Amino acid sequence: MTRANRLTAWLLLAPALTIVGGVVGYPFLRTLYLSFFDAHLLGGIRGWTGPANYVQAFTSRDFLAAIGHTLYFAVGSVGIEVVLGVLVALFLNRSFYGRRVLRALLILPLALPTIVNGIMWRWIYNPEYGALNAFLTQTGVLREYRSWLGQPDVAMNMIIVADVWKNFPLVTLLVLAALQTVPTDLHDAARVDGANAWQRFWTITLPGIRPALLVALVLRSVEALKVFDIIYVMTRGGPASSTKTMSYLVYEQAFSFLQIGEAAAYAFVTVAIIMVFVAVYIRLVRSQGVAG
Amino acid sequence: MTGRAHRVERILTYLGAAALALFLLAPFAWLAISSLTPLAELIRKPLPWISPRMDLARYRLIFVSPEGENFRLALRNSTVVALIATSISLVAGMLGAYALSRFPSRRRAGVLYLMLATYMTPPVAILLPMYLILSRVGLLNNVVGLALVYTSFLTPFLTWILKGFFDAIPEQVEEAAMIDGASRLGALWHVTLPLSLPGVITAVLFGVILAWDEFLYALIFTSSTASKTLPVAIAEFTSRHAVDFGLMAAGGIIAALPPVLLAFALQRYLIAGLTAGGIKG
Repeated sequence: MTRANRLTAWLLLAPALTIVGGVVGYPFLRTLYLSFFDAHLLGGIRGWTGPANYVQAFTSRDFLAAIGHTLYFAVGSVGIEVVLGVLVALFLNRSFYGRRVLRALLILPLALPTIVNGIMWRWIYNPEYGALNAFLTQTGVLREYRSWLGQPDVAMNMIIVADVWKNFPLVTLLVLAALQTVPTDLHDAARVDGANAWQRFWTITLPGIRPALLVALVLRSVEALKVFDIIYVMTRGGPASSTKTMSYLVYEQAFSFLQIGEAAAYAFVTVAIIMVFVAVYIRLVRSQGVAG
Repeated sequence: MTGRAHRVERILTYLGAAALALFLLAPFAWLAISSLTPLAELIRKPLPWISPRMDLARYRLIFVSPEGENFRLALRNSTVVALIATSISLVAGMLGAYALSRFPSRRRAGVLYLMLATYMTPPVAILLPMYLILSRVGLLNNVVGLALVYTSFLTPFLTWILKGFFDAIPEQVEEAAMIDGASRLGALWHVTLPLSLPGVITAVLFGVILAWDEFLYALIFTSSTASKTLPVAIAEFTSRHAVDFGLMAAGGIIAALPPVLLAFALQRYLIAGLTAGGIKG
């Protein structure tokens, strides 16, 4: 490559790199810096404290509990999204009248803003007037109305249901695209050889959709580990802090308790956990050899 | 397969299809119905589900009456923020993606993965210093300030998506134009750009939807009515007007309509972008 071309390339990249450096890179380093100081949102930076904020993070019951809640949410929602997403994709891969309409309908939850999804489900779960209670009592499943988001051992599961409804279509669409590349004659040959549906799935379909499935899995995991919006709008971390996630705790520590040094340490631990998954994702994309 | 087994399978298929359609539609349909049903009917027990007295009163309240003023402002702010952030990111992203696609090198491959990592970085990574910075430069409670913050995730994402689209356009097309005397920028403008129109549409679609959806930055950086975006207004709405569930539902429907309609209208591009963003890069 000529010198002129190299120069052109970096000039063309300059605006994007300036934005990424200025709006992400610099603040990111500032977060790291802040995490080593005793700092107050309004009072400013008071003094270097070394690793004290991190020690505080890892001995704080609230933060450790938040890590637990986040992992519970991520494993629960992503796990169900992947299983349901694949099942629906396999279903929509059959030929029947109306499957195009169903495929289009998958876009509705995906395009719905997260906040709207949150208020929608909060209204459905409403303890006094909610549709879920009305439906379950009118069909005789429940005898009386329940407070779905008011019980510490139930609330997070109900948030997971809301998240699954919105996000499983992403898995379905990615897997459905991958299914187009699985050759049907392989299936026919295996059927002739007497393989049952389960065997055909494991030996033909699954290897074919594996790359797409892994991508969907990691992509959803990263999103789930940063969860904030749906928690904020559905429970504000309650009841009894049972739905407080890592991002929620960063928000609370910084903007309710104004302790931004500690909040920065919480944030950095959150970022570190998520970056493990991002690294896995980049390896995946790289190994597929399409980009770069 | 016997005819009988075949028929059973067909019936099961259509039952499954109906169940899936119901699962996808019912929650949103209930939100829409709630927005039209008078409060007295919504809180009646047993719940009548469909009321004969549905009306558009709440939409009138939001769009016409003085009480709806704040909501209308939020609608405007969301639109302005989405347009500014998407425009800036589209320009930066297209130039960058073009460079990454046409001048590949090891270092620039690294830049591409840096973009991907940046897009996936959680907001809490930059939230606190960003608050201090914006307040120092006087851009808190300012739609332009918020739009600048949104470029932090839109620019890397659009660069990533557009790179895949540029890769799909053969370089020979440009070379031909350059042999005919066009400059590189001329070739980019007159040849590559029209060919990459689907990529640009996809990028704009995702930019607008992601910006419209964003909540955490908006919650922290905009608290005045003059700058608040729709998600923040709705989240607040739910605590302030907790009594009228229908009004909250109407607000939700209005906030949902632009991205939902856009996504349905541009379905093809949405799916292209999802698979490009997800798999190919």
